[in-house]
Amino acid sequence: MSALLLEGTPKTPTVNFDPETGFLELKGRSIPENSIDFYKPLIDWLDKYGRSPRPKTALHVQLEYFNTSSSKCILDLFKKLEGVRATGNEVTVLWHYEADDEDMLEAGEDYAGIINIPFKMIQIEEVDGGEA
Amino acid sequence: MERVDNSVDNSGGGPGVSPALGGVLCGIVISSILMLHSIHDLYDELERKRVMLTFQGPLSAELISALLGAMERRMEGIEQDPRIRRRVFNVVMECLQNLFHHNNNRIVQGGRTMSTDEPHGVVMIAQTTQGYQVLTGNFMAEGDVERLKGHLDRINSLPPEQLRELYRETLANGTYSAKGGGGLGMIDIARKSGGKLEYGFVPYDKDNAFFSLNVNVTN
Repeated sequence: MSALLLEGTPKTPTVNFDPETGFLELKGRSIPENSIDFYKPLIDWLDKYGRSPRPKTALHVQLEYFNTSSSKCILDLFKKLEGVRATGNEVTVLWHYEADDEDMLEAGEDYAGIINIPFKMIQIEEVDGGEA
Repeated sequence: MERVDNSVDNSGGGPGVSPALGGVLCGIVISSILMLHSIHDLYDELERKRVMLTFQGPLSAELISALLGAMERRMEGIEQDPRIRRRVFNVVMECLQNLFHHNNNRIVQGGRTMSTDEPHGVVMIAQTTQGYQVLTGNFMAEGDVERLKGHLDRINSLPPEQLRELYRETLANGTYSAKGGGGLGMIDIARKSGGKLEYGFVPYDKDNAFFSLNVNVTN
């Protein structure tokens, strides 16, 4: 199967799902009006990947904003990965959040409380390097 | 639209213009001056109320992007605290998307509601002494009022920790709504606001009500 590569837009995240390495990345903003349309190909891709996954899969999530319409779709991505883990593979979610963004940290904790996959919370510096 | 510049008149008559036409031109001049005064009054009013952005009319995904972009630039110049900037952006985004999705595509003309092709709404974002306020309004089906009111009252009754719990439960167990949010929008807005959601319903006719929402994001 081939990698899923989508360039980010002001309303949708950059997607980089590599089936060869098990490195999956979701980065940027996820605030489209119709999230189901955007996430459908991602969920289908994971479905297919789950049939012959790498022994180790790591999903890096680094979102600046996401809307509530995306939040259920993101949960669906995690559920697909839960399935990959249930078949004896190692799966990790690496949830990135900016140092002062406790709301994003809480959002990651909310998912970690629902999904049966180990989450690693990773604090990063401000992306825009703006003034303090 | 009426022209402000009345120096170009189509009669080409100058001083020899007919009394009837003169009366019309005079009418245009007076109403233009009134309009000029009222737009100045509007400017003053918006300035006094520290309005950062306001819009009324048909909504599209493109327009929402443009409004969000304008808000983001505005906030960068005004608000030092990135946490508040993000919260305001989040609330504005969810409120605009609510307007877009939960809308029964009606407008008022001549005091009566009429159906339109696109969702319509009104939004106003202003600075307050404690932070920011995000006001939105739109028509909705009268039959949905009780359910929305119950949802908002429940959200307003919960302290922050229980609100977070409700968010988690809704995320984990809730079903998808047609628009994808599944009832998370208002919970998220309340969480980001940190205050109570102020709302009102104005019944218009037997099928339609106007819903207004005021969300305060405090520093």
